[in-house]
Amino acid sequence: MTAILSLRDVRKTYASGHLEVEALKGISMDVHEGEYVAVMGPSGSGKSTLMHILGCLDIPSSGTYELAGTDVSAMTETELAEVRNRRIGFVFQGFNLLPSMSALRNVELPLVYAGAPREERRARAIAALEKVGLGERVEHRPGELSGGQQQRVAVARALVTEPALILADEPTGNLDSRSTEDVLGLFAELHKAGRTIMLITHEAEVAAVAQRVVRIRDGLVEEPAGTSAGAVRA
Amino acid sequence: MNLLETFYTAFEAVLAHRMRSILTMLGILIGIAAVILTVGLGQGAQAQVSNEISKLGSNLLIVSPGSTTTTTGIRGGRGSSSTLTTADAVALGSKTVAPDIARVAATSTSNQSLTAGATNWTTSVVGTTPSWEQVRARTLSAGRFITQDDLDQARSVVVLGSDTAAQLFNGRSAVGQTVSINGSTFTVVGVLDTIGSTGSTSTSSDDDLAIVPETTFASRVSGSTTRTSVSTIYIEAVSSSTLSAAYQEADALLLTRHAVTAATADFSIASQQSLLKTATSTDATLTILLGGVAGISLLVGGIGVMNIMLVSVTERVREIGLRKALGATPAVVRRQFLVEASSLGATGGLLGLGLGVAGAMVLPQFLNQPVTISAPAAVGAVVVALGIGITAGVYPAGRAARLAPIDALRND
Ligand SMILES: Nc1ncnc2c1ncn2[C@@H]1O[C@H](COP(=O)(O)OP(=O)(O)OP(=O)(O)O)[C@@H](O)[C@H]1O
Ligand SMILES: [Mg+2]
Repeated sequence: MTAILSLRDVRKTYASGHLEVEALKGISMDVHEGEYVAVMGPSGSGKSTLMHILGCLDIPSSGTYELAGTDVSAMTETELAEVRNRRIGFVFQGFNLLPSMSALRNVELPLVYAGAPREERRARAIAALEKVGLGERVEHRPGELSGGQQQRVAVARALVTEPALILADEPTGNLDSRSTEDVLGLFAELHKAGRTIMLITHEAEVAAVAQRVVRIRDGLVEEPAGTSAGAVRA
Repeated sequence: MNLLETFYTAFEAVLAHRMRSILTMLGILIGIAAVILTVGLGQGAQAQVSNEISKLGSNLLIVSPGSTTTTTGIRGGRGSSSTLTTADAVALGSKTVAPDIARVAATSTSNQSLTAGATNWTTSVVGTTPSWEQVRARTLSAGRFITQDDLDQARSVVVLGSDTAAQLFNGRSAVGQTVSINGSTFTVVGVLDTIGSTGSTSTSSDDDLAIVPETTFASRVSGSTTRTSVSTIYIEAVSSSTLSAAYQEADALLLTRHAVTAATADFSIASQQSLLKTATSTDATLTILLGGVAGISLLVGGIGVMNIMLVSVTERVREIGLRKALGATPAVVRRQFLVEASSLGATGGLLGLGLGVAGAMVLPQFLNQPVTISAPAAVGAVVVALGIGITAGVYPAGRAARLAPIDALRND
């Protein structure tokens, strides 16, 4: 198994005014291709920060991050855009949907940048929305959807390009148990199809479906990575 | 992402921000229309004055009292203390002294109220000689011009300009009717042909006047029987090629008659060319001034547009971050904003152009003032407005597109 994600002593310092916050204090970990990883940890421990770096949405202050063997810091803007578009599906903690567009257009967006033809785009976006149980809501704008429905639109958008790597920041945070089951079912399907999945969660039931749990506390990995699959300790 | 998709995305964004899109277009629209109209008004006035002066005829010299040859300004009086006399006019008409002068017409002018029946009309009453008709190259539409006999007998006859006749007699034939000027009754003997002066800007219209014999003018109109001074002497040169010779002769003769030197001259002689030059140069100043005002309004409008664009892009930094997170390259983001800004600018520009041209066609009917559409001003205004709109729309978007997606997404 090759490491699709590889972090070495990754640090992230936020400078807000003269106050410096070190959100990540030296993270080293590997995620292998086809792995299903859950990230847990208290609020403010740096989970989202880590996820953003893994999704090529942010850059580490120091340390190296290799994605499928390539150092991300050496990539050009265009290469990064291509990676975000083709290889990674990202579910934001705050959804980040465009409020002026319908659910369908929101889900279509990654396909627009991938250059997919209009008809195909529409069909795939509708299919993705149906998978998350929103087949009836395609023409609604985010403002007309509930929090849980918006979250499912965000999940559909991450899945629509069928990326090899899915990074989801609390994808079930606003969902009831039935919707949670649906989304987890989707992830399980994708995992079976060989895709790598990494999700952040606060819920033990969600973490239980993962092969591995990484615990983050205060900007550091608590359990050394690479322990046996399904190691869930309460 | 292909071009069609870029256009669609940009169009979608324009619609999503309808209000600010309309405001942006409005700013550009008004700025451009304002420039076209103000510059057009200036140039229209300029064209009108040139046109009216050209109508004077190319063989014409105009002698006015007072001098403009020295830096101390105009010497000698105008009006009541005019230094030009009827005797000057007679002397200028002499074939032996001034062989290049074909005809001379001295005129005295006074603004008077004319009454025909119950109708009143105030116009400039001109006292002159029969030669006026040829010197000013005018023709009659009805009746006859004043004659030497009228002059000798100081008859109370009047020739009306076409506008004056229309005002007083309202379409009825004027010839043979009587009008009252300054308490005296005059018989209308003729009506001049229209020469098509728009009249609103020139102080004395060539179609709104009343011509009387100069002898009658002195006794009945201006109220002084001894008066021999005149306000203007018109000189017609034999041909346009002898105009400068005629100028020399008139100048020399008047200097001798008035016993003055060129430096102390109490009169000035102008030709159509020299009038044209001064008039167009003052009007050019006006055009530049109006253009400046228009330019400032364009600039203010441009700053407004810039402001709206900047605010809108700042508002949309999150959107830019999200688009980047989903796979848009900075170039694609820049292109989207470029298409957005330029389609807003182009629409506003075209509408502004349309409004300006429509205004240029409608305005003359209300202002009685021609508006000339100046292509350079129109093109300049469109280019400036587009430039401002595009710069203000694309530059900050380009900067936001260089941020890491998460930094852009965090922007509030
Ligand atoms: N833009 C920022 N500027 C300054 N500090 C930040 C910024 N983003 C995050 N932080 C800080 O970094 C630390 C880690 O934040 P992060 O969002 O990664 O936490 P988290 O583990 O995802 O928490 P939660 O479970 O509540 O989502 C926090 O202390 C937070 O205050
Ligand atoms: Mg978080």
